[in-house]
Amino acid sequence: MIYWKIFLAFFIPGILGYGGGPGTIPLVEKEVVDRYGWMDHQQFSEMIALGNALPGPIATKMAGYIGFMQGGVLGSVVALVAIVAPTLILMIGLLSILQKYKDSPKVKQLSQNVRPVIAVLLGVLTYDFLFDSFQGIGGWQTLIIAVLTYFFLELRKVHPAYVIIGALVYGALFLG
Amino acid sequence: MKYLNIFLAFFRVGIFGYGGGPSSIPLVEKEVVGRYKWMNDEDFSDCLAIGNALPGPIATKLAGYIGYRVGGFLGMTIALIATILPTVFLMIVFLTVLNQYKDQPWVQGMSKAVIPVVGVMLGILTWEFVKRTKGSFGWMKTVLLLVICFVLMEPLSIHPAILIIVFIFAALLKKTDDSTKTERKVKSP
Repeated sequence: MIYWKIFLAFFIPGILGYGGGPGTIPLVEKEVVDRYGWMDHQQFSEMIALGNALPGPIATKMAGYIGFMQGGVLGSVVALVAIVAPTLILMIGLLSILQKYKDSPKVKQLSQNVRPVIAVLLGVLTYDFLFDSFQGIGGWQTLIIAVLTYFFLELRKVHPAYVIIGALVYGALFLG
Repeated sequence: MKYLNIFLAFFRVGIFGYGGGPSSIPLVEKEVVGRYKWMNDEDFSDCLAIGNALPGPIATKLAGYIGYRVGGFLGMTIALIATILPTVFLMIVFLTVLNQYKDQPWVQGMSKAVIPVVGVMLGILTWEFVKRTKGSFGWMKTVLLLVICFVLMEPLSIHPAILIIVFIFAALLKKTDDSTKTERKVKSP
C-alpha cells in the first residue's frame, strides 16, 4: 500500500506542476508534509537546502530521496517513475500532435494560467518556512540569516551551494 | 559507443547543472547540439517548446525524449538514469549521514540555520513566478488571481490540483481572439 501512496504523492506534482522542477516543489510539499505526514517542515527544508546545494534536477532529487525513506530502493524507483514517466510518455507519444500545437496561443495560455497557483503555493511555503524559523531560532537570527542569504544570492549572485554551506557553518557555530 | 555517449552527455548535464532542471537546459543544448550533433538548433528549440507545453520536470523530459530519438527505448533509459541517479544517490547518502548525527547540537544548529535560507530561496522563486504571471496578465489581473488562488487554497483548503485542473480547462476552452494571434490552421485533406 505504501508504494501506491508514494506513486500518488509524486504522480500528482509531476502531472500538474508547470514551470519545471521548481514548480513541483510546493506540490510535493503539499503531498508529503500535509497529506501523508512523511516529513515535517524542518525535514523538508533540510532536503530542499541540500537539494539546492547539489547539482541536477530538483524534482527527481526530492522524489528519489523521499521514496527511499518511505519504501527503500523500490520506493525510490516508484517515486521517480511517478514523477518522470507520465509527462515523458505524453511527450514521446503525442509528439506529432504537440508539434502542431506547440505555438498555439491556447497552449501558451495553459502554462500561464497555472503560474498564479504555483506562485501562491510557493508564497505560502515561504511564509511557513520563515515563520518556523522565527519560532525556532527567534526573529533576530532569522532576520540576520535571511538578509545575508538575500544579499549573497540575489545581489552578489553567489552560487547557492556556497550560500548553503555558509549557513551550515553559521548554524554549527552559533545555533548549536 | 552511441549508448556510452548518451550516458556521458546526460551524466555531465546532471552533475554540472545547478539550480534544478530549467538551469540545465543550456548544458543539454551544448551536449546535444554542440558536442554530439544529434539535433540542430531548430530541432532542439522545438523539442524545448514541446517540453515546456507539458507539466512536470523539464530536465527529465528533455533527457528521455532525446535519448529516445538517438537510441530508442534503451537510449531513453540510459539518458534518464544518467540524469537522475548520481544526484539522487548523493542526496540519500548526505541526508542519511545527517540523520545519524541528529542529536549532536552542532548538527541541530546546521538544520536550524538552513530553514530561513530555504525560506528566502523559495521567496525568490515566488517572486519569479509572480513576475511571469504579471508578464502575461498585467498587474491588476495578477493581484486578483493571486488573491483568488490564496483564498481558495488557504482558508478554504481546496487542493491545488483542483485549481490547476480548472485553470487548464479555462485555457483550453477559452475562445482566443485571432486578431493578434498568428495561428495557422493546418487541415489535412
